[in-house]
Amino acid sequence: MSISMPEPDAAVLARRDEIAAALRRLAPGARVIDHADELRPYECDGLTAYRQPPMLVVLPETTAEVSRILAWCHAEGVKVVPRGAGTSLSGGALPLADAVLLSLARFNRILAIDEEDRLAVVQPGVTNLAVTQAVAHHGLYYAPDPSSQIACSIGGNVAENSGGVHCLKYGLTTNNVLGLELVLMDGEIIRLGGLLLESAGLDLLGLMVGSEGLLGIVTEVTVRLLRTPETARAMLIGFAGVEAAGACVAAIISHGIVPAGMEMMDRLAIHAAEAFVGAGYPLDVEALLIVELDGPEAECSHLIGEVERIASAHGAAELRVSADEAQRQLFWAGRKAAFPAVGRISPDYYCMDGTIPRRRLPEVLARISSLSAQYGLAVANVFHAGDGNLHPLILYDASAAGELDKAESFGADILRLCVEMGGVLTGEHGVGVEKRDLMPEMFSETDLDQQRRVKHAFDPSGLLNPGKVFPILHRCAEQGRVHVHRGSLPFPDLPRF
Amino acid sequence: METVTPPTEEALAECVRAAGARGAKLEIRGGGSKAAVGAERDTTILDMRGFRGIVDYDPAELVLTVRAGTPLAEIEAVLAEQRQMLAFEPFDHGPILGAGAGEATIGGIVAAGVSGPRRISAGAARDHLLGFSAVSGRGERFVAGGRVVKNVTGFDLAKLMAGSWGRLAALIQLSLKVLPAPARTIVQAIPASDPEQAARIMASVLGSAAAVAAVAYRPGKDGRVFVRIEGFAPSVEARCSLLGTLFDPIEAASGGEEGGWPEPGQLPPDRPLWRIPIPARRLPRLAGRLDRLGAPWLADWGGGLVWACHEDGAAIRAAAAEAGGHAMLLRAPPALRAVVPAFHPLPAGNAALEARVVHAFDPLGTFGGRRFGGRDAH
Ligand SMILES: Cc1cc2nc3c(=O)[nH]c(=O)nc-3n(C[C@H](O)[C@H](O)[C@H](O)COP(=O)(O)OP(=O)(O)OC[C@H]3O[C@@H](n4cnc5c(N)ncnc54)[C@H](O)[C@@H]3O)c2cc1C
Repeated sequence: MSISMPEPDAAVLARRDEIAAALRRLAPGARVIDHADELRPYECDGLTAYRQPPMLVVLPETTAEVSRILAWCHAEGVKVVPRGAGTSLSGGALPLADAVLLSLARFNRILAIDEEDRLAVVQPGVTNLAVTQAVAHHGLYYAPDPSSQIACSIGGNVAENSGGVHCLKYGLTTNNVLGLELVLMDGEIIRLGGLLLESAGLDLLGLMVGSEGLLGIVTEVTVRLLRTPETARAMLIGFAGVEAAGACVAAIISHGIVPAGMEMMDRLAIHAAEAFVGAGYPLDVEALLIVELDGPEAECSHLIGEVERIASAHGAAELRVSADEAQRQLFWAGRKAAFPAVGRISPDYYCMDGTIPRRRLPEVLARISSLSAQYGLAVANVFHAGDGNLHPLILYDASAAGELDKAESFGADILRLCVEMGGVLTGEHGVGVEKRDLMPEMFSETDLDQQRRVKHAFDPSGLLNPGKVFPILHRCAEQGRVHVHRGSLPFPDLPRF
Repeated sequence: METVTPPTEEALAECVRAAGARGAKLEIRGGGSKAAVGAERDTTILDMRGFRGIVDYDPAELVLTVRAGTPLAEIEAVLAEQRQMLAFEPFDHGPILGAGAGEATIGGIVAAGVSGPRRISAGAARDHLLGFSAVSGRGERFVAGGRVVKNVTGFDLAKLMAGSWGRLAALIQLSLKVLPAPARTIVQAIPASDPEQAARIMASVLGSAAAVAAVAYRPGKDGRVFVRIEGFAPSVEARCSLLGTLFDPIEAASGGEEGGWPEPGQLPPDRPLWRIPIPARRLPRLAGRLDRLGAPWLADWGGGLVWACHEDGAAIRAAAAEAGGHAMLLRAPPALRAVVPAFHPLPAGNAALEARVVHAFDPLGTFGGRRFGGRDAH
């Protein structure tokens, strides 16, 4: 693994048994794991290239337990890494050798469903899909739908501001969360937002969403539910070239249409997905669009007509509209299984997540394919076309000497390309450890310092999920010895994490 | 009152640094449409209108990048030409706060978190700010976010800036998400004689398949729930007829004119004005308290936002808190503003955390003058 993490603290490692005993004492209802064999399943998240067994794992059950654990760790200078379901693709939940991994897996209850106000209060360990399943009989659903939704937790979704194929129309996690309860590193319990649309004061709720477990541990989430649309239909539109597909996407949006979802796959991704799930995708096209339209029947049929017209004008080679719900699900099944499908055609794959302005798509795909030739590694492209979020999947073989390093360099080049095109390093998977050292591609040291100061406002000790998001600086060796002299200096020195 | 209008980003940063070094205060201002909010003060004005104009707008990207001092009216005109809009429906506070119309800038709109009736269906200003550049209270220029809709690179500082009321940083440039303007809009009204009934109607309208854009309520003898349906013509017609099967609506005026959509400008202009977000289902409870106090009011956001007029700050804040909400004082005579803070007080833990976040941007309190309870220098 080519990433450097903060140096483990030998003094903390030496106290491992004492820390385990303290955790058991502080949270008698919690499970504490300290046996090496049982720690192993926690050694990585969805970014499996990086592995590190944690010092200890604790699985508390109540907010009070989380608070006591954090307060004690804070007082004792012990680092804590939060973990939801461990599906992060950026290493956000990667353990540290000298840190307690705090798993929210036992926070798995749905606390309240309010059908009339269309909201649900859930614990962070509840899976994304479980929320929708619990409210479906009311004709409601939770809109953000990451492809990992059967496994990933709502707490993880909040930490990563996760999206899904429907976020084009219905927004990301941040647009669908109304309230949070969280515990700060010093054990203080804070509530943000709630049952109303706007809270007094700064929007700390908005700041918490997407903060990758660096600001506090989320122990309760209030989400907004939407009414299940009366009709939803998906269209498969195949093109002989990615340029035409890209132009078609732009034209749909220019016509004032915001589809519920608009996804693109390239040839390799289409073939892999079709071989895996048999969704009926056309195999003789270079690019496939899946466009979903939803709403009242009148709206759906009107817009399907419009999109058909636009697609034909852009030379669509293939055009199919789902005839029923089963077929709609089938159209999506291939796309939603695209990652594992690619996993079947290559020993390993590395999933990237940059976003670009939509108009740059053909150019970016051309550059990716020339990089692919240069590195000698194939790429399958899956793309949230509606909002410019690319998921190039780099195919490699970790058992072949040097291939992981090559895949990582290739991935970094793709992300630099996204930034060069006016885009960003990550659209929905987070910075974590993976893109941490690329942050200077997008942000100056001053920009990053401003973010570090926000981290410091929540976690002055820097003990919560250290080594993530911010590039590790030389000064981090001084951690714990750098203090801000509040107000006493015009430009206080910066804490480093 | 002194005013400085920095012409460049460097001059802006230098100005903030110099004020910090002197221990002086600065108040960030766009068009001044909301200058009457907060305690009276004599703080030096940092006029942001030196930063004006559209930087980048490609309608097919649905993103607009603009300098913060650009008037809202100018932006809306440019978007309208492309049949697009700021979907959070910002509006100019000038006319209700005695500053006149047409001055509001986009920087002020975002900093004050101004969202209109469509907030319940399309989100607030905070949901549409994708990225920005600004000068912090430290006098440092920094950027956060980006120019694309889907972005989780670093903390979402844009959320903090939206609704920060100039307490963190001076916004220079903003990237905003824009959306296609609806092809067709219909407003209908449903009679509702009391808040209890209105709340029930609003909840069932919002829970129905009519997928409405906005719902508001004007109380009174002839009380009415207003419903706005937007979108493509065939869809709007279908949804209106669905609404017709649930209620007995009548066609209504869409603007803020007499009898039209409930807006704060229709409340008595000479009384203190409060903005009170609450959980929508608590509307009847708050309405009861307001009626007993003799406070005229109206509701938007399906009951989740109440505009009310009253002189007794303590009574209004108690009523808001009892309904699970909070009250911001937007307009009042100077004497009242001197004793009643504009912002609703926060619980102690939240207030302390917020103070640390403010400190992270503005350690010397350069942007924290008397307006919102800080102490002016000298
Ligand atoms: C096959 C596959 C498909 C995917 N598809 C998508 C997709 O379509 N869209 C998308 O956005 N993502 C996708 N992901 C990424 C991933 O599923 C999401 O980032 C998800 O939200 C992570 O949730 P988790 O519960 O697994 O969190 P974890 O991986 O356990 O943790 C993620 C981060 O959140 C922090 N964290 C977790 N819980 C808490 C808490 N309660 N409080 C504070 N911090 C916490 C952790 O410290 C870590 O930094 C996919 C992943 C896989 C493996």
